[in-house]
Amino acid sequence: MNLPAWIISLPLLAAVVTVVLPRTGRWVGIFTAIIIPLVVVLLCVEILVQGALQMQVGGWQAPLGIQLYADGLSVAMLALTAIVIGCSTFYARSYFTGKATSRSFWPLWMFLWAALNALFLSGDIFNLYVTLELLGLSAVALVALSQTADALSAAMRYLLVSLTGSLSYLMGVALLYAANGTLSIKMLATVGPASPSLSTAFALMAAGLIMKSALFPMHFWLPPAHANAPAPVSAVLSALVVKASFYILVRLWLMIFEPFINPSTAQLMGMLGAFAVIWGSVQALLAERLKLLVAYSTVAQIGYLFLIFPLSSTPQTAHTAWQGGLYFVFSHACAKAAVFLAAGTVIYAFGHDRINELHGIVRRMPVSMFAFALAGVSLIGLPPSGGFIAKWLYLNAALASGQWWWSGLIILGGLLATAYIFRFFSRAFSYFPEVVEGRPVPKIMEWTALGLALCAIFLGLTAPAVTELLNAGKPF
Amino acid sequence: MNIPILYELVGVILLGMGLYSLVIYSHLFRKILALNVSGAGVFLFLVAAADRTSGPLPDPVPHAMVLTGIVVAVSATALALALACRIHQVSGNAQLTDNKPE
Amino acid sequence: MIRKNGNHLFSRPGQSIAAIGVLTLTGILGWTVWTLPPFSDQMSALISSKMPISGVDNPVTAVLLNFRGYDTLLEIGVLLLAAVGVLSVAPSAVMRADSSPSPILVLLLRLMLPFIILVSGYILWIGKYAPGGAFQAGAVLAAGGILLVTAAVRFNLSASKAMPLATGIGLLIFLIMALATMMVCGNFLQYPVTLAGTLILVIEAAATLSIAAALVRLFVGVKSDTDPPASGEDSKILTFEEENLIK
Repeated sequence: MNLPAWIISLPLLAAVVTVVLPRTGRWVGIFTAIIIPLVVVLLCVEILVQGALQMQVGGWQAPLGIQLYADGLSVAMLALTAIVIGCSTFYARSYFTGKATSRSFWPLWMFLWAALNALFLSGDIFNLYVTLELLGLSAVALVALSQTADALSAAMRYLLVSLTGSLSYLMGVALLYAANGTLSIKMLATVGPASPSLSTAFALMAAGLIMKSALFPMHFWLPPAHANAPAPVSAVLSALVVKASFYILVRLWLMIFEPFINPSTAQLMGMLGAFAVIWGSVQALLAERLKLLVAYSTVAQIGYLFLIFPLSSTPQTAHTAWQGGLYFVFSHACAKAAVFLAAGTVIYAFGHDRINELHGIVRRMPVSMFAFALAGVSLIGLPPSGGFIAKWLYLNAALASGQWWWSGLIILGGLLATAYIFRFFSRAFSYFPEVVEGRPVPKIMEWTALGLALCAIFLGLTAPAVTELLNAGKPF
Repeated sequence: MNIPILYELVGVILLGMGLYSLVIYSHLFRKILALNVSGAGVFLFLVAAADRTSGPLPDPVPHAMVLTGIVVAVSATALALALACRIHQVSGNAQLTDNKPE
Repeated sequence: MIRKNGNHLFSRPGQSIAAIGVLTLTGILGWTVWTLPPFSDQMSALISSKMPISGVDNPVTAVLLNFRGYDTLLEIGVLLLAAVGVLSVAPSAVMRADSSPSPILVLLLRLMLPFIILVSGYILWIGKYAPGGAFQAGAVLAAGGILLVTAAVRFNLSASKAMPLATGIGLLIFLIMALATMMVCGNFLQYPVTLAGTLILVIEAAATLSIAAALVRLFVGVKSDTDPPASGEDSKILTFEEENLIK
């Protein structure tokens, strides 16, 4: 049963069908959103039972052909993708009402899903380049779907940064191939002693991937892009697209580059992550619009991800640090998607998202605000959410490896997150005699937001099961 | 210095030139052109790397990579140009406005 | 309006810093290239040994359509995606010529179009034995399509229902072949050895049509900058966000 191939082919088929027959867009999207999570669950079960899975596409062994590789890490990312995009698809079905927008939205959405699935399953560095481009182009086209001047400029900026990053990554791939004669990650795992080509290739690939992951100082494209995109698009962009390039960086680091790279590089990435946390949180505090606040919160949370690298430098804490970082990925994805979907319902109801004018809206839309509250709990890092587990694992790793300064940063980040979350909360939950009028929101939109927020909490409660899935196939 | 290394170095120089122009110029069309020049540099490097075999025939894998890369680059350039044209149509200027998002 | 201080983003010192930075990067990269280890022939030898069962005689086509066919599948997806993206960004793009195209273009169209189709078919066919194949043939055919769009007054591609099908058929056939071979031979995109050549030709033929259609769509999407936005429902692609935004 060739499950990885089906996971990649199904959204591609859906994309082609929605291009050839544009009127079928809506129900093809819903159908795919139901089928793919089921297939992913089957793959999860198979990985848990059998360990890592390797597939030669076309039957050709490496280095001749392309390999697909599925271990606990890839399958966990696939499951995350299925959950977030699945919920957002139900949301998007009610959100997009114009005929012309639907005609463009569904193919782009399915291509985005196909790109993510192909990326998480790929075991070949050039194949990763093609999936990165597929991902980047579909994300840009989706951002531009709002058709406002701000959205178009944001999309253009995003595209230029994305292309520069891809080009840098491709140069790294070219160097690696010229030096080693193979494109397969498994084969590259056995490369020889440190050489200039390895370090330069890593520098190029890391620079490209960091640009695409919006790590400080390459974060400038993210806030306008995520703030001006339609709500379900922002949700998936913040939750999954920026994590995809981070995932590739983690894979390359773990499987190929780690023994050869100077430990000070890891500390540098951690420092950039620290700046991202502080800068992003401060800008979120100053933001006037809700979606902009949430976008800057993404910039801050991405900084946490890059703390993986310095925290995993000592062998005894490496495992804890990796699990903490990946828990961050999962819980942030669910929480941030929930928050963006909730922000989308606010815009749908009231027509704007200026924070200072959203008084007391909890009475109009209690479900969305509850979703926002639960997601906020995870973003701040309070128990029993997934965000709490992630920060706790990080603090453990930081103190055990003697790098106590990172724990200060994590606590500071939590305080800043509390500040900007409550900035919106205090308005939304305030008691105001006159409540703003708004139009009714379809129930499905509010409930998908709540569902994703519950996932973020659920991740905290089921930590043992999730970590068991993560460790299947021994990715670390 | 043998011939493949010469072409590889030229590819690297093109990459650098494109990167410089991308950063310096503010007109969108120049940025898109700069990205294309950089892409051409990377493709030149790949094709030259294919020539480093000892036999008479070059290695076909970099050639396939370049073919794929060219198609991807054309797709990306077309999307970028369409966006640039639309930005010009909507806002009247062909440069990314530096407005802080409120 | 163009900025008064010229086309540069930074002042002189900023440009010098950027120049120094780029020169350093290029220098490091150049030094790395200089010290690359010599290339091994392992890959070429491996490919030569597997050529007889690949179904074609040209090594590049074999790599592109057989050994690393999955990359080509995704790449056709990227092209289709760009066509859809350009359509969504420039929805008022009309795929028809002006009412009075230049006579040179009309003459060119009448003379060249049959040859273009012929040459495209030839390049597609010869891809099995020599440099050629789907992408090159698709590009040539796209040139014919662009001629049609700019010069043929009575030919309106926008109104054609076949255009979406033509754009999507390449990826569709490729996917169907991939899944079919998976169910028959056990592995995604694993062609049975005796049928490999035929399957590759079928996939390439569909891909040629698709690539040409997508490239014409890309051309048209970028061309229509000066056309006024068409009125009517199709151009009203503002979501309700924009409609409801209280400025």
